[in-house]
Amino acid sequence: MAAGKVEKYKSDGSLGGNALEWVDARFPATSLWKEHLSEYYAPKNFNFWYFFGSLALLVLVIQIVTGIFLVMHYKPDAALNANGVPVAFASVEYIMRDVPGGWLIRYMHSTGASAFFIVVYLHMFRGLLYGSYRKPRELTWLFGVGIFLVLMGEAFFGYLLPWGQMSFWGAQVIVNLFSALPLIGPDLSLIIRGDFVVGDATLNRFFSFHVIAFPLVLLGLVAAHILALHETGSNNPDGIEIKANKDANGIPRDGIPFHPYYTVKDVVGVVVFLMVFSAVLFFAPEGGGYFLEYNNFYPADPLKTPPHIAPVWYFTPYYSILRAMVWNFFGLDAKFWGVVAMGASVVIFAFMPWLDRSPVKSIRYRGPIYKTLLTLFVICFFILGYLGTQPPSRMGELVSQICTLFYFGFFLGMPWWSRMDKFKPVPERVTMK
Amino acid sequence: MKKFLMALLFAPLTVLASGGAHLDHWSGGVGDKAALQNGAKLFVNYCLNCHGASHLRYNKLTEIGLTEQQVKDSLMFTSDKIGDQMRVAARSDEQKQWFGAAPPDLTVISRARASEMGSGADWLYTYLRSFYRDEKRPTGWNNVVFENVGMPHVLYELQGVQVLNHETHKLELAVPGKQTPAEFDKSVSDLVAFMVWMAEPNQLYRQHLGWFVLAFLAVLFVLAYALKKNYWKDIH
Repeated sequence: MAAGKVEKYKSDGSLGGNALEWVDARFPATSLWKEHLSEYYAPKNFNFWYFFGSLALLVLVIQIVTGIFLVMHYKPDAALNANGVPVAFASVEYIMRDVPGGWLIRYMHSTGASAFFIVVYLHMFRGLLYGSYRKPRELTWLFGVGIFLVLMGEAFFGYLLPWGQMSFWGAQVIVNLFSALPLIGPDLSLIIRGDFVVGDATLNRFFSFHVIAFPLVLLGLVAAHILALHETGSNNPDGIEIKANKDANGIPRDGIPFHPYYTVKDVVGVVVFLMVFSAVLFFAPEGGGYFLEYNNFYPADPLKTPPHIAPVWYFTPYYSILRAMVWNFFGLDAKFWGVVAMGASVVIFAFMPWLDRSPVKSIRYRGPIYKTLLTLFVICFFILGYLGTQPPSRMGELVSQICTLFYFGFFLGMPWWSRMDKFKPVPERVTMK
Repeated sequence: MKKFLMALLFAPLTVLASGGAHLDHWSGGVGDKAALQNGAKLFVNYCLNCHGASHLRYNKLTEIGLTEQQVKDSLMFTSDKIGDQMRVAARSDEQKQWFGAAPPDLTVISRARASEMGSGADWLYTYLRSFYRDEKRPTGWNNVVFENVGMPHVLYELQGVQVLNHETHKLELAVPGKQTPAEFDKSVSDLVAFMVWMAEPNQLYRQHLGWFVLAFLAVLFVLAYALKKNYWKDIH
């Protein structure tokens, strides 16, 4: 190659420039690459907790690609086939047996659903640890809460599709919840179901939501989440603004280009993640009955209610909060308050940027109050999650009420307790621990 | 009337409580082809008359070491196309009239029957050996694991007739069958092995492939880690 002979950048894109120059005159390829990767300066002190953002993106891609292949063979049809098995249920088994590689694609998708929530929960927890939701990253956080909400909807709609007993009865229970809303409730649940019972109409509209509507919204929100993040720059385990300390070229002194530094680092994270993911996929795809519920290997039967209807594990903390509300207030049914509490327990995350009044962001410089309360919050979340998998009991009800009270107390008391802590001085520059 | 309704309401609970019977552990596996073939024979002869295995095709049986000709000659009674699904000849709506409920498709039953009490295989292994004579039931049979089950004891000529001793709550063999208890346990174990295989025919291949994937990722990890170390050596 005669490198010296390549002509200079031609903004009109005329012959003589190279292909990239031709593109750049028409589309901001190089500038996008620079802005978001090679000249996006991320703090150099990211730790373990910073892998989960890129992993969430990876799982999103896994879900979309495997989903595309599943749709080629899956049939959203509740009618019984010649063998008396619902067509939808049979089409999943068809994918598992008769479609070459179908079992792998399907297990990737079913394991991916649980992996998505594991990764997203850890990603959110990182935000709580280091105050990533604080000013100026409020919008990044709000888009993230939006992603979480849409993801829950996406998972809920997708869970109906295998048309097993848990798919059917889980959808039945959750859609019925909407009927508890005053005035619009019964009509609303009818609209969601498309019928008076969960049936073929429900299956078809859930399929539509799952493969088109929600993924579109999800992708839009993910793009907004990343754009907002790249506008403010990333937070870091010290909770320091690296943009406050720039060198003569305007580059943050504690920043390093995302590419190649974090791309090569994230590849390590991706490989470790894929090892765990593959261990589950190849050796325990049912995840001990938590990733694929045993009861869901029975085809949906509207005449046979299972003795115990449990949602998939990632919904169980919220399901516990729903069940914890057993009192009628203001003439409204306990079920209504359960729905309100469940909705509020998810949406309340959105208010964190304004609830937290602590002078420092990171847990590293916060005192014992935050550390204790955050630990208790996580314990409560796990207890609620466990109780959500269990059949209702009096003891479980009481414990879940206590945990629910603490859950909301954590958020609602934050404006006060977040100011009272003993804080440590925040250093000028990031620390490499 | 109220009492009757209450009784109905709590009836499922009592069933659940007694359904907590201890399950025997099934110690077989799906790697023993002789056992799978014996299980396939038992399944076709005793189960397939009423229950379908409609997600499984006959030609899949070549994976347990049979030739297509062998499958055609000894295992296909209702069909002559090797690519056909293992269906029941009876129609499910007819069966509903005969039994009150259509016997469920059994292809994935061993996955559905798993619970915190044991694997689906444990359940099947215990259930199929726990039938006892009960004149109060329309079929004349009842079951310790699945109380008031609609299914009769189809393997009774092999096992013989068991009765439930109401004092010890144990099953006792009243009339011996064609097989000794040890032989019968082996037969049921083979049948369960076939049903576990049938629920996911490529499960052994899945695990086999898993080791290769993990080995590949382990190598990739070493390379990725070395690459990261190299790029990051100047970052302090």
